[in-house]
Amino acid sequence: MSLLLSTLLPELLLGLGGMALLMFGVLSKTNQFIICSLAAVALLAITGVFILLAPAGSVFDGLLTTTNFTRYADLLVLLGSAAALILSLDYNQREDIARFEFPVLVVLAVLGMIVMISASDMMTLYLGFELQSLALYICAAFARDSLRSTEAGLKYFVLGALASGLLIYGISLVYGFAGTTNFVALAHLFDGSQPAGYGTVIGIVFVLVGIAFKISAAPFHMWTPDVYEGSPTPVTALFGTAPKVAAMALLLSVMVGPFGHLLSQWQMLIEILSIISMALGALAAIGQTNIKRLMAYSSIGHMGYALIGLAAGTLAGIQATLIYLAIYVVMSFGVFACIIAMRRKGRAVETIADLAGLSTQNPGYALALAVLLWSMAGIPPLSGFFGKLYVFSAAINAGLDVLAVVGVLTSVVAAFYYLRVIKVMYFDAGSPDFDKSASGVRLVMMVGALATILFVFMPGPLVSAAAAAARALMG
Amino acid sequence: MNSLGFPILSLITFLPLAGVIFIATLRGDEAAVARNARWGALWVSLIVLALAVYMWISFDPKQAGFQFVEAQPWLSGLDVQYRMGVDGISLFLILLTAFITPIAIVSSWNITTRVREFMIAFLLLDTMTIGMFCALDLVVFYIFFEAVLLPMYLIIGVWGGERRIYAAVKFFLFTLTGSLLMLLALVWMWRNAGTTDIITLLHTPIPPQVQPWLFVAFLASFGVKAAVWPLHTWLPDAYGEAPLPGTIMLAAVLSKMGSYGFLRITVPMLPHASEMAAPLMFALGVVAVIYVSLVALAQTDMKRMIAYSSVAHMGLIVIGIFTFTVEGIEGALLQMLSHGFIITGLFICAGVLIARGETMTLSKIGGLALRMPVYATLLMLFALGSMGMPGTSGFVGEILVIVGAMKVNFWVSALAATGMVLGAAYMLVLLRAVLFDKTSRPALDGLKDLRPVELAMLVPLAVMVMWLGVYPTSFTRIFDAPVNAMVQAHFAVLTPPVSITPVSLAMVTK
Repeated sequence: MSLLLSTLLPELLLGLGGMALLMFGVLSKTNQFIICSLAAVALLAITGVFILLAPAGSVFDGLLTTTNFTRYADLLVLLGSAAALILSLDYNQREDIARFEFPVLVVLAVLGMIVMISASDMMTLYLGFELQSLALYICAAFARDSLRSTEAGLKYFVLGALASGLLIYGISLVYGFAGTTNFVALAHLFDGSQPAGYGTVIGIVFVLVGIAFKISAAPFHMWTPDVYEGSPTPVTALFGTAPKVAAMALLLSVMVGPFGHLLSQWQMLIEILSIISMALGALAAIGQTNIKRLMAYSSIGHMGYALIGLAAGTLAGIQATLIYLAIYVVMSFGVFACIIAMRRKGRAVETIADLAGLSTQNPGYALALAVLLWSMAGIPPLSGFFGKLYVFSAAINAGLDVLAVVGVLTSVVAAFYYLRVIKVMYFDAGSPDFDKSASGVRLVMMVGALATILFVFMPGPLVSAAAAAARALMG
Repeated sequence: MNSLGFPILSLITFLPLAGVIFIATLRGDEAAVARNARWGALWVSLIVLALAVYMWISFDPKQAGFQFVEAQPWLSGLDVQYRMGVDGISLFLILLTAFITPIAIVSSWNITTRVREFMIAFLLLDTMTIGMFCALDLVVFYIFFEAVLLPMYLIIGVWGGERRIYAAVKFFLFTLTGSLLMLLALVWMWRNAGTTDIITLLHTPIPPQVQPWLFVAFLASFGVKAAVWPLHTWLPDAYGEAPLPGTIMLAAVLSKMGSYGFLRITVPMLPHASEMAAPLMFALGVVAVIYVSLVALAQTDMKRMIAYSSVAHMGLIVIGIFTFTVEGIEGALLQMLSHGFIITGLFICAGVLIARGETMTLSKIGGLALRMPVYATLLMLFALGSMGMPGTSGFVGEILVIVGAMKVNFWVSALAATGMVLGAAYMLVLLRAVLFDKTSRPALDGLKDLRPVELAMLVPLAVMVMWLGVYPTSFTRIFDAPVNAMVQAHFAVLTPPVSITPVSLAMVTK
């Protein structure tokens, strides 16, 4: 019983905390956006501590499991969401969408993600998946007076519902052919002694497609550019980080856990997803003029790189994917902090051309964005390079040379568009005249850029944490 | 630790980084920051130079292996360590970098826009290049190799000439494509050997059938950096558009990163592919020497003509390396040093004219020998060095490369030798146009001869050119041992029974 309680404490804390915030917000006479947001950030921080303290183990007859892997992914989710909340503090007030529901929704979404990550049964998986999706649909449409935001929310909802449908259909197929939804039991059933039957394989493909929607891997990425562009920027920052990590962790735990022995049957699918994502992320981003759309395509490409590690299917591959995700989260919220800082005369501006001349007017800001973009392009000695190094080395060690070559080629193309933004900031003449950004935004920007620069001196902790997480997942 | 008792290589590598932090934290009004940034950068680079000279003095020339070796655990789980060390080959490239950097910083004195940022970029460049020459681990090597792109991109793009943006982007993408292909090859070799330690990799055989692929990947990277024809097309743009100090670093130091890569990785680690590709590399080298010399002859712009002369000399270096003879490789090494000094001298001479408001168009300048005799003498010295006049550093390198090539193939050496003639042709055209023609130009009247600061840049270079030309032994005695070891190892792999007697270079140079 005590194991049950202490293992579940993070989830309980988030759930009860979210409710408490909701009650507080509803019952107070004035709009308590700031207090609710700060309390939510504190709640996420406390949850982080409890996640570290929670003992490893399985509860509710194997519905939820805590391991080093779930801890690692949980912490990344909390980090990304906390950064998004800090970014929203100032943005939501300036955009006049500072309502206390926002932090409540984020907390509920985080709860969904954490359940999703810890799930060791198809049922809990779906439960967490839906909870986070529903909360995020509302977040996307949070600027309800804005046409674009409403459109983004609606689009995300329709396509997300389709993904959920595919996922649940896949789950039911797997259940129908295997007779169980429990991950451990499924892993026993598919022990690799014989290939899975067609019914199961089709089920697995549907599950894969459902999750691929959430990580926005091409060709299931269609919602990404529009939703990224239309949503309020802190929400985009959230989309770019936490749900991506959660969905990718879910994909890892489903593919490696119950279906791990069927690697030869799904490996090709992941490879194809990875190649299409990398190619599309690189090519489609070239023509973009809106920096949020650019980041949408960039995130599609990054998911392609992260998938390389899963495609390798080895311990080193899983570790590489986890390292890539951590580095990606930090780079992403840094970049989004920079995007949020793009405000002129009280209005948010979003085109790349608006950045012209930034390096003369605000050198620190320009340098931070340049460092983050270079890192995304994978230029050493910045952290993004190490993410790519780990996935490429995992791919080559697993004999997936083609994947590594495609990854390299798309990196060059991607470098071109990142470079274009830097070119605009440093070489083009102009005066952006951005408003002074809030200290929270500057803080997130600085944390992102410094972590990106300094990773090269201290890679040890992250790498060994990812190794421990990968070992926990592979057993 | 090493024989000195302190990590001298890390110190040399990361001292400029400390300078970066110092300059970044400077406060005060703009003029004071600019002044302090300049002097700070200069002093840091001078200390680095002093340390590099100290390293040269304490270096033991009898050892063929690596010295001052350092190792620290770094990327856990991957057996990638932070490993540094130098041998006779890298020692001089570090010295060359340490020597050129202060000169380049002095030559940037007249840059007035965003001085602080410029100096930061410059010191970063210094750290990256020296680090690359010190690296004894493939991943460390790659990181330094590639990171050079970032400061160089900004130096060209922010402080460059009219078409700077085009030049900067072209430079970046060319180099990045090459280096990412190299990354794949590195990872492959890493899997093959299970480690990224360069010393271990030097003794790990690679299956001959894979070697050509790896060779192509490395060629894509080193060839672009060394501007081997036909991968050189980024070079005239970058050299032409970069600000003068940037051009100096590109020509004198960054181009050596490519040829150093050939020497450190391609030739010793891929002996079969290198042997197979030698005819190709000779062909590329010969084309570079002859075709690019002809292109240089057709240039109407002084800076561009010097840029093309640089490509021609890099061709000679490539030929020397791929002869796999002691003479050829030592010739290539001497040529690398000599080219570093001479090309810097020539570009500074061009810069002197720019600073006096002259154009770079050859048909519009002239008659300077009358008004600027000291300048004319120094320019003449560097030009003679560039065409390989005996007594200058250019001669020693070229003659050794040609002797080495002669041992392998008569025609290669004959064609490379015609390069010397063509080199003489375009350099004489340059000298005539700049120094002697149009002596009655009205614009000549206001011209002043070299100022002390310009002399301070040009005279050390001239001294080095003469030193290398008159007494090359003080350099060759350091790299005799590693080059001999390298050539022996190369032939031991290819033809195990035949033994090659090491040739002492003393017989050739004296």
